[in-house]
Amino acid sequence: MIKKIHAPLRAEELEDLRAGDSVLLTGVIYTGRDAAHKRLCALVAEGKPLPFALRNQVIYYAGPCPAKPGDPIGSCGPTTSYRMDAYAPTLCDLGLIGMIGKGQRSEAVVEAIRRNGGVYFAATGGAGALIATSVRSAEVIAFEDLGTEAIRRLEVESLPLIVAIDAHGGNLYEEGPARYRR
Amino acid sequence: MRELSVKRIEDTVYALFMSACCEIGEDVLSLLEKNLETEESPFGREVLRQLIENDRLAAERKMPICQDTGMAVIFMDVGQDVHLTGGDVNEAIENGVRRAYRDGCFRASVLTPLTRINTKDNTPAIVHTRIVPGEQVTLTAAPKGFGSENMSRLWMLTPSQGVEGVKNAIVETVRLAGGNPCPPVVVGVGIGGTAERAMQMAKHSLTRECGTPSDDPMLAEMEREMLERINKLGIGPQGLGGRTTALAVHIEQMPTHIAGLPVAVNMQCHAARHKTAVI
Repeated sequence: MIKKIHAPLRAEELEDLRAGDSVLLTGVIYTGRDAAHKRLCALVAEGKPLPFALRNQVIYYAGPCPAKPGDPIGSCGPTTSYRMDAYAPTLCDLGLIGMIGKGQRSEAVVEAIRRNGGVYFAATGGAGALIATSVRSAEVIAFEDLGTEAIRRLEVESLPLIVAIDAHGGNLYEEGPARYRR
Repeated sequence: MRELSVKRIEDTVYALFMSACCEIGEDVLSLLEKNLETEESPFGREVLRQLIENDRLAAERKMPICQDTGMAVIFMDVGQDVHLTGGDVNEAIENGVRRAYRDGCFRASVLTPLTRINTKDNTPAIVHTRIVPGEQVTLTAAPKGFGSENMSRLWMLTPSQGVEGVKNAIVETVRLAGGNPCPPVVVGVGIGGTAERAMQMAKHSLTRECGTPSDDPMLAEMEREMLERINKLGIGPQGLGGRTTALAVHIEQMPTHIAGLPVAVNMQCHAARHKTAVI
């Protein structure tokens, strides 16, 4: 069964999510990847305000292609998540509740997810054209000079995701391959 | 001696990238479809279904298959009886890349490594040039995403490690990469030469039609065995578990030094994009 969830995420919605669940996410999420994470964490270190309040929000590790005329966004699949592992625990501890990307996370991120009751979703890497069809609007809200790496506020509808790491110790990147290893 | 305007090279580079970024080859598509039939994992099947749908949608809408439209890798074989006229051929190639990435709404993903300042037009391209007999120029455009590039490895093995060592290095590279390079992957392997030539062979092997065995029977057998071992790892599509970890393994080799056994493994995601033109 596919669960329908809404972003920003509410704690009670999260409670039921387990690694291996297929979900359709509707609502508001923010794109952010390598350069934006570096800047966010620099702001945190300097005690300065962030461009958006992290509480209950979801960050999507993505750097989209430019939109064609008339489209809200270009191709926008996930980028590989481990590069954000150095920054993610800091953001999780400040209220970030969900992350969308692809690939395994570090022990520190898994622990930050557990500690804060968060969730890590896998989107299908390389399905950028298909994922773009779930995006209704996109607006740069910070770090415009970073181009594709700027932070964008996306309105998405029925974005297909799989819960990869949950707050209860479930990790599909470990359990899935173990099931099929010969 | 045949004269060929560098403008032809520019226009060909342009057309090849416009096509390569949006239209996956039939070779890759048919392997995705074949593996969808045999994949045992429900997640694996769902991912393969999405990839096939994505690839069709991208071609239909002339949208990039993947937002990572890569660094612009080009293999150029120049016939020794060709005289390139009308300007700087390197500039012509850069112009072709620049125009394609702008007109195609492809992502500008290239920056200066230490300052991290974006060049904004996806140049420079990575150009591998060879002088060959004849009076034609063959151009292959292979946009290379970095999710998979980052998972590539160079192994400088010792001769004592032998064929088994080579095989283990290939499988270990894929195992360590896990879900990061966007499996199902194509595994490009270069054995022998020097450190940089081994990696160049690995990259070049990825421009072969996906799944076509090597002409060398020993390498063809190794490719088959490697594919079988890799697909027993269980990584599966997107690393969520399954049988389809790789679509193909391509191996090239050349002689190396008595003291060495270089093995380069260049990882390629399922968006194995490559288009060739002969002018």
